[in-house]
Amino acid sequence: MKLYAIAINTFREAIRDRILYLILVFALIMIGAGRAISLLTVGSEEKIMKDMGLAAISLFGVATAIFVGVGLVFKEIEKRTIYVLIAKPIRRSEFILGKYLGLALVLFVNLSIMTLGFYAVLWYKGFLDVTLGKAIVLIFVELLLITAIAIFFSSFSSPFLSSLFTVTSYLIGHLSWGLPLLADKLQSGPGRALCVVLYRVLPNLEYLNIKGEVVHGVPIGGEQVLLAAGYGLLYTALVLMLAIGVFRRRDFV
Amino acid sequence: MSQGEPVLEIRNLRKSYWGHLRLRRNRVLNGLSLTVSSGEIFGLLGQNGAGKTTTIKTLLGLVFPDGGAVRLFGKKSTIVAVKERIGFLPENPYFYEYLTGREFLDYCGRLFGYSAYERQRRTSAMLERVGMASRADSQLRKYSKGMLQRIGLAQALINDPDLVILDEPMSGLDPIGRREFRDIILSLKERGKTVFFSSHILSDAEALCDRVGIVKDGALGAEGKLGELLRPTVRHWEVTYSGPEFAALGAAATLVAVRGTETLARVATEAELAALLEKVRARGGVLISVMPRRDTLEDLYLKEIST
Repeated sequence: MKLYAIAINTFREAIRDRILYLILVFALIMIGAGRAISLLTVGSEEKIMKDMGLAAISLFGVATAIFVGVGLVFKEIEKRTIYVLIAKPIRRSEFILGKYLGLALVLFVNLSIMTLGFYAVLWYKGFLDVTLGKAIVLIFVELLLITAIAIFFSSFSSPFLSSLFTVTSYLIGHLSWGLPLLADKLQSGPGRALCVVLYRVLPNLEYLNIKGEVVHGVPIGGEQVLLAAGYGLLYTALVLMLAIGVFRRRDFV
Repeated sequence: MSQGEPVLEIRNLRKSYWGHLRLRRNRVLNGLSLTVSSGEIFGLLGQNGAGKTTTIKTLLGLVFPDGGAVRLFGKKSTIVAVKERIGFLPENPYFYEYLTGREFLDYCGRLFGYSAYERQRRTSAMLERVGMASRADSQLRKYSKGMLQRIGLAQALINDPDLVILDEPMSGLDPIGRREFRDIILSLKERGKTVFFSSHILSDAEALCDRVGIVKDGALGAEGKLGELLRPTVRHWEVTYSGPEFAALGAAATLVAVRGTETLARVATEAELAALLEKVRARGGVLISVMPRRDTLEDLYLKEIST
C-alpha cells in the first residue's frame, strides 16, 4: 500500500513533467521518419523501417530511464520533500522501491505508446510482424536495469554525475565483449585490472539486444528471450539492493 | 500515555558533518541531552547554526548520530511503529508543487495506510483546521510561503500524532497566521499531545512553552520551566513623566532617555520609586507611566548566548 502510494506519486510526477512528452514526441517522429530514410538509402524498406523503429524505441526509452530516473530521486533530496517522507511511517527501502516502481510504470506506458506507434506505421505499410515484440520485451528489461543503475547512482551523487555514470555503464554494457580483448592486449597493471573488473561487474547488455536478429528474421526461441530477461531482472534486483544499501546509510543534511 | 511520562529522550547526542572537500569534520552537536515529557510544549531555542535542526533531523532518522541515543516513546526513533505517532513540519517546507493541497494530504494519508474514506475524512478536516479549504484544489506551486506552512502543518497533523515536531514553525507567517498557529499548538496541548519545536522567535516561545532549552555550540545550556528560569520578581521599574528636568530632581534614579518634554528614568527598589514619584509630583510634573520590568526570555537568551 505504502509502496504503491510512492510509486503512483512518482508516476504522477513524471507524467506532469514536460520532458517526458518531449522525448515521446521525438521518438514517434523518429519511428515515422524510418519511412523517409528508407527512401534515401539502399536496402529493403521493410528492414530499414523496422531497424529505425526499434532503435528509436530503445534509444528514447534509455533517455527517459536515465534523465527522468536520475532526476526523480535527486529532486526529493534537493527540494527536501524527503524530510517529510522519511518522517512518515515508511522504510527507506520502501522509498527507493516505490520510486523505482513508479518509474518502471512510466517506462512501461512510454514503451507501450512507442510500440503502438511503431506497429501502426508498420501495419500501414503492410510490414506488421509480431515477432518484433520479443525484441521490445528485452528492450523493456534493459530499461528496467538502466533505471535501477540510474537510481543507484543518484542515491549518492549529483544528477550530472549520476547521468554520466549511468550513460557510461550503458555504453560499456553494450561494448563489454571488447573488454577481455582489450585486457589481453594490455600489459598487466591497473589498466588491465580495470578492464577485468568492469567486465565482471557490469552487465552485458548485448544479451538483451536481439534487434538485429528479429529484423533479419533470425529465429529466436522463447527460451532464449526468457533466459535473457531472467539475466536482466536478476541484475536489476542486485543493483536495487545495492541502491537500498547505500540509501539506508545516507544522511539528509 | 499518562501525563509527565518521558516522550522524547536525547542522551549525549554527538554529530559532525564533513566540511568542504572532506578535509575536516565540523562538529554540530556536542553531547546534547534533553527530555520532554508527555503533554508538554518544549521550545528548543538557539542561534542559526547552533544545532537545532540537526537535533530534529536526528530525532526523525534523517541523519544518523556519531554517538549518543535518541528515544521516542521509549523506543528507537527510526522504528516505523514509532513514526506512526509522530507529526513533523520541516523548516521552510517545500512539497510536491505538481500536486494540489488536497492531493498532497491524500498522499500523506496513503503513507499511513488509511482507507480512501479515512483519507478523505482526515484531509477535509485538516484543510478546514488550517484554513486552507478554499484553496485545497490549487497546485502547491501557486501557494504563498504562509500557505505552504499551513499545508505543512496539516500534513504533520494528519495522523493525529501524539508527538508533534515543528522546525521553525512561525517563520514565513504573517501576524494573523502566527496567532492561528499558536492557537493550534495550544489546542494540541489541551488534547494531551506533546509538542517539540525549534524557534528563534522568542515571543512565540514565551507565549507557548512550558519549558525551553537553549542550544549553544551543540549542547544544551539553560533548560527548564519558564517560571523557574525567569525570576518572577521585579528587576527594576521604568518611570515616564513630563515636566521637571531630571537633574533638578536629585532622585536616586538612572536617566534612560529624554524625548521632548517626556523623561524616561529607571529605579531599582520600591523605596526609590516612591521617592521619585514624590519628587516629580512636588515639582508639578505629570506621571505618564510606571512599568515594572521582570526578566524576559530575551534577557535569558542573550545572557546564555553571550557567555
